[in-house]
Amino acid sequence: MAMLSAQARADIEALKTRYPIARSALVPALLRAQDELGWLPPEAMAEVAALLGLSVETVAEVASFYSLIFTEPVGRHVIQLCTNVSCMLAGSDAIRAHLEGRLGIRSGQTTADGRFTLRIAECLAACEEAPCMIVDRERYARLTPQRVDEILNAIDGQPAHAADR
Amino acid sequence: MSERVLLRHVDVADQDDIATYMRNGGYEALRRALREHTPEQIVQMVERSQLRGRGGAGFPTGRKWRFVPAEAPVKYLVVNADEGEPGTFKDRTLIEGDPHLLIEGMILTCYAVGIRQAFIYLRREFYLGARKLERAIAQAYERGFLGQDILGSGFACDIVLHRGAGAYIAGEETALLESLEGQRAMPRLKPPYFPAVMGLYNKPTVLNNVETLCCVPWIVREGPDWWLQQGPPQLYSVSGHVNRPGVVEAPLGITLRELIERAGGMRDGRRFKACYPGGSSSKPLVAEHLDVRLDHESLAKVGSMLGSAAVIVMDETTDMVRVIARVCEFYREESCGKCTPCREGTVWVTQILDRILHGRGRMEDLDLLRSLSKHMTGTCLCPLGESVPPSLNAGLEYFREEFEAYIRRAREPVEMPVRIVESVPAPGG
Repeated sequence: MAMLSAQARADIEALKTRYPIARSALVPALLRAQDELGWLPPEAMAEVAALLGLSVETVAEVASFYSLIFTEPVGRHVIQLCTNVSCMLAGSDAIRAHLEGRLGIRSGQTTADGRFTLRIAECLAACEEAPCMIVDRERYARLTPQRVDEILNAIDGQPAHAADR
Repeated sequence: MSERVLLRHVDVADQDDIATYMRNGGYEALRRALREHTPEQIVQMVERSQLRGRGGAGFPTGRKWRFVPAEAPVKYLVVNADEGEPGTFKDRTLIEGDPHLLIEGMILTCYAVGIRQAFIYLRREFYLGARKLERAIAQAYERGFLGQDILGSGFACDIVLHRGAGAYIAGEETALLESLEGQRAMPRLKPPYFPAVMGLYNKPTVLNNVETLCCVPWIVREGPDWWLQQGPPQLYSVSGHVNRPGVVEAPLGITLRELIERAGGMRDGRRFKACYPGGSSSKPLVAEHLDVRLDHESLAKVGSMLGSAAVIVMDETTDMVRVIARVCEFYREESCGKCTPCREGTVWVTQILDRILHGRGRMEDLDLLRSLSKHMTGTCLCPLGESVPPSLNAGLEYFREEFEAYIRRAREPVEMPVRIVESVPAPGG
């Protein structure tokens, strides 16, 4: 019983041709699958494994290593808030407290309605515009609690970005 | 102040469009190289320019290219665009602002070294950069700058954009190759696997940083003498307590004091306290170092390093214990776990700093930190674990009284500061 669409499977086949060895397409393939499903249930990993001719264990081992491959369900929108030194010096602690308060969750958790997951990012390489965060695929800079509210109000209610690509 | 070179066009609207890039002189170096220069001449130009890698290690670029065996039938270029060292954002600025400059630098490098296949390893968090690079690569193919017969010269070169999936360690060159091969991003043991000899798919591989490659079109177009007259140009990422954080282009060897001035001076008129001169893996400097030149040799003399030239400036209000704890926490989170000093050391160090911050510190913890720092130096497989001791050493050398104050206060019944470090279960229990 396939979880992935015909298009996703075709895209993964195409990814294989970009590299001298098919295994190089593993991470891109996992992310392609994640684009479609939001996260990677074991059945999806098994499908990717079959498409690339790899064992399920091999795929799971690689998937579990990378922080942006989600092996557990996440909310429709994933917030990555940077709290590293430059952001910390610019007040990311207050942004974190505001986000946790507004969403009613701790970092690492997903809201009960499944809308948002809040994660702490380890440096987004945008230190000149600290504090900053990425929501889905967009970076937001020079955050203040008010600006965070505006951003989340604008995102909330919209469909999630179709994909994290 | 010299005119900007590497950043000259990053603020130009539509610079990421190939037409604008070409109007500003783009791909001229490539045309000229294919028409007028042999690959050997390009390598010589880069050697004469004294270009050193801008990713952190500062190795001479021309020499690195020469390590690749000329007779090897298959070899690769891999661009390290996995910029993730706290404080560093120069590569992102170049990728987002002038993506064709990187692509032209890549094609020139491939021509010089005799490479037909190149990969850009781009960290996943650079979503905007990925969109820019995808479009720029497609445009370069359309115009015949990439593909089977580039500008009718018979030279062939392809570029694949490969995106990471969230792992700072993938920026370490051998871990990056592992990741590109579809593995966990864990460093390889060196030697024997120096990438130039045995790199991607066990083939000779040139691995260069984004900024390094962005220098190449300028060196080829204007010549190495001109390049050296410019400083040579170096990008410094300046963040923290300055008025105008951002990428500053300055001649290599500008002093810290001058750099802070160029970044608008200290914020709110406050006093300088400390700074990381080369990202969070470099040993912090203090006020007595304000006139140190920010180049490889001068910083090595004061026990620090230029690294990726990421200058994080901190003023007198900064709690250095918290900063150092946050830095150590970063390396704990990003340790791949392959070698023991890093895997265990980063956890142990952050546990100690955590208890100091939470009012449970003991004076002997400082000796323990010193000891751990010593045992993590020169013992790790790759630079990640080795990035922890510089912060700890500076902390105990320059800011010991701040650590002691936390520990002394711990004995008094007062409310402790906000916690920043998550508690980690002790290993094995």
